[in-house]
Amino acid sequence: MIDVKNIKKSYNGTVVVDGVTLSLPAGGVISLIGANGAGKSTLLSIVSRLLPMSAGTVEIDGMDVTTTPGDVLARRLSILRQDNHIMSRLTVEDLVAFGRYPHSKGRLTGTDREHIAKALRYLDLEPLAGRFLDELSGGQRQRAFIAMVLCQDTEYILLDEPLNNLDVKHAVAMMKLFRRTADEFGKTVVLVLHDINFASCYSDRIVAMRDGRVVHQGPPEAIITPEVIRDVYGVEAQVMEAGGRRIALYYQ
Amino acid sequence: MPPAVKPFPLALAGIGLLAGWSLFVGVSDVSVGTLFGDGAADRAALVLLVSRLPRTLALILAGAAMAVSGLLLQILVRNRFVEPSTAGTAESAIFGMMMVSLLAPEAPVIGRMAATSVCALAGTGLFLAILRRVPLRSPLVVPLVGLMLGGVITALTEFVAYRHDLMQSVRAWEMGDFSAILLGRYELLWVSAALTGVAYLAADRFTVAGMGRDVATNLGIDHRKVMALGLVIVSMTTAAVIATCGMIPFLGLIVPNIVSLIRGDNMRGSLPWVALMGAGLVLACDIAGRLVIHPYEIPIGTMMGVIGSALFLYLLLRRNGHAG
Repeated sequence: MIDVKNIKKSYNGTVVVDGVTLSLPAGGVISLIGANGAGKSTLLSIVSRLLPMSAGTVEIDGMDVTTTPGDVLARRLSILRQDNHIMSRLTVEDLVAFGRYPHSKGRLTGTDREHIAKALRYLDLEPLAGRFLDELSGGQRQRAFIAMVLCQDTEYILLDEPLNNLDVKHAVAMMKLFRRTADEFGKTVVLVLHDINFASCYSDRIVAMRDGRVVHQGPPEAIITPEVIRDVYGVEAQVMEAGGRRIALYYQ
Repeated sequence: MPPAVKPFPLALAGIGLLAGWSLFVGVSDVSVGTLFGDGAADRAALVLLVSRLPRTLALILAGAAMAVSGLLLQILVRNRFVEPSTAGTAESAIFGMMMVSLLAPEAPVIGRMAATSVCALAGTGLFLAILRRVPLRSPLVVPLVGLMLGGVITALTEFVAYRHDLMQSVRAWEMGDFSAILLGRYELLWVSAALTGVAYLAADRFTVAGMGRDVATNLGIDHRKVMALGLVIVSMTTAAVIATCGMIPFLGLIVPNIVSLIRGDNMRGSLPWVALMGAGLVLACDIAGRLVIHPYEIPIGTMMGVIGSALFLYLLLRRNGHAG
């Protein structure tokens, strides 16, 4: 379980995260939504110890993220931020293999190799395994990074806008993969998403942020409503039911 | 993984041949004939043991170590155009050497080496601190900052050196030259060889650190510690090489770039290649320097300057676009 207590973060007097308290039980797909600058990415970075908080605590299964050794956390929680500029010329397979680093420290075992092969297969990267990252398109590179994080095989998987650069086909495949990771392997997948309809169709739970605070949270049917969308984004939306899913239309 | 098994022994054999050749190139007549002949066999053996062999070893060790230092800096700074002479490291080491000669001329080798390494580390740290404050609009800004910082430090060094009659020593450190290497005067380079070994042992950690702080943290690596280890290795290596034979320009720039193009940047696989190619390039340049105006010599600093700048220009134009 991810236990966030009263997190605050400010940069030079500008408050970005303003007293967030959030408790996310293990298992399932959780989406974080909200307008640009609502503090979603900052919150995710703080939870995953990439950013220090100004105040508050974060515990992952009872382990404080600021004091637990980095390599212990790396076997429990993984994080992928949204812009990953890697200058190094690594092959896709090398990159994915580094996802096993917290477990193997560079000496790959048979289990590690199985995880690598599985991650490459799930993300449709087998034909690209030997290619260098700088020879790939943005979407292919994004898939390679996600493969690395999945290969890390952690209880909690945090992804900041994982659908960036992906076409419709790969975005759907990716969301299905997250669903499967949660359902079959019992993982907890926390996603920052901009597309609220993806959030609606694939999450167990949606957390909505505005101005650095959590303003709504609950199952999709409680969050994907005209009132909540107006409150979170300040736009008028129509919500329809289609195939048992709630779809928001906000294009007009 | 592409097969690394076959080309590597081949390259190793090539370096062996170059090293063998290096043993037999010079003014004194050293050849299989003289070594095992009647006349000047003792003299030839002496030249071989006291001068040629140390020189050849020094070339291999310094070449490998400087190339690996360049690789480390490039991975850690995440910029393709840095190496000890474009990051303020070499200039700071020379400043340190000069200050030690001035303030503690009787200091033992270990003391000199330590003081010089500390200066090199401080200079590199200053370079990184400046980089954090400068908006980096292009990858080329990074080496430009390093070159300017190096220029300022060199100006300071030469100002002090000029006033204390140390210019000749400073010039010797600035311009790599292996002609004065003798038995007993190159052994410091084994320190850099050991450091290169440490870099290899930590290769995976460096590769992960090269993916940036966030990715490294996610994989459970303490980015600051790895960065510090890398910078200490680079500083000590640079100090040892400059103290022994002077600065070898471009080496740390071109070798890692060429290896990166072919083998990529997974350091576990690329570091041995960088070390080998660094040794090979330095050996080749030194042998060429000994041959072109025989019986005189062109110092390796000049040879590398000519060959290195041409190769560097090629890389610059070729990689243009995704160089950073």
